[in-house]
Amino acid sequence: MSLGLTLLAAGIATYLTRLSFIALAHRGTAPAWIIRPLRLVPAAVLSALVLPAVLAPQGMVQLWPLSPRALAGMVAVLVAWKTRSILLTLVVGMSVLWLAGLLLPG
Amino acid sequence: MSGSQPTTSGSPSNSPSTRAHPSGQPAAGAREEFLRGILAEIPLLLGVVPFGLIYGVIAIQSGLTPATAQAASAVVFAGSSQFVMSQLVAGGASGVVIVVSIAAINLRHALYSASLAPHLAHLSAGWKALLAYLLTDEAYVVSIGHLEADGPRANRHFFLLGAGLTLWASWQASTALGLFAGARLPQSWSLDFTLPLMFIALVVPQLKDRAAIAAALVAGGLAVALRGLPLGLGVLLAAVAGILAATPLERGEA
Repeated sequence: MSLGLTLLAAGIATYLTRLSFIALAHRGTAPAWIIRPLRLVPAAVLSALVLPAVLAPQGMVQLWPLSPRALAGMVAVLVAWKTRSILLTLVVGMSVLWLAGLLLPG
Repeated sequence: MSGSQPTTSGSPSNSPSTRAHPSGQPAAGAREEFLRGILAEIPLLLGVVPFGLIYGVIAIQSGLTPATAQAASAVVFAGSSQFVMSQLVAGGASGVVIVVSIAAINLRHALYSASLAPHLAHLSAGWKALLAYLLTDEAYVVSIGHLEADGPRANRHFFLLGAGLTLWASWQASTALGLFAGARLPQSWSLDFTLPLMFIALVVPQLKDRAAIAAALVAGGLAVALRGLPLGLGVLLAAVAGILAATPLERGEA
């Protein structure tokens, strides 16, 4: 399979995943037992993306000594909670990461 | 600059015309919704643009031609799966392995699709096809709260369109920039960390009640435990488990 065809197939597969439930839905109100769990989608998916990236960036969980990424992630959670600002969360998080990288071993 | 989401309140984009009263308020116009979607997406570009730059750099280092790397951003349009694709190409993986890997990593979009479906059910097939193409982590997260809010809903899909197109254009542009100018970004800057930080800024305001907190803890903890699973399947399994585990905690208001 050429790389172009591979890309096309991967793109189609991804697109169909995105289209799946949107295409199936029709007019009318979906029952509550379907709607209710879906409200939790953002919290669940984002957390599942974030925690491994922060706690185990190289595949290993390292809690002590705290890795720069774990420390920066925890500070970022605090900043996001207090300010709800994406900009501040990014600026403070990256600053802590850089400082911790200078000060902490590894 | 507040950078807060339109979904939570307090931001200037939450004018009373789209929030408040279901009774008799006129729906916001298509143009207004579209512009609000763009504005809501802009803070996220702080996390997305560095990620696009890095993707451009890694794609070139992996041996992709600039044309192929850019085409991937348009055809697949899903950042983390494009990173994995680059690594697989560099490692000489077969086409089948690459397609299956990308498809698996992107399965989480089915959850977004299901979540959005009730709010887009009234639209034409063309609208559904377009909005599905633009459905990414970032467009979904800034739009879902707005789509779920009370009040007139006639033009809310334009909000999703504005957010989706903004992200699409930024992803294409930052990919191109990374391909041609990004090789000078030092790795020691750890710019890849902007993406998890942005997701932190997006998820924390979601944790407003017991059910959401439980879903986040279960999904996050399981994702760490299952990180060894291939193809990003750990993220999908962890998210589904978190949702199912926390659903009984939801109060009856939904």
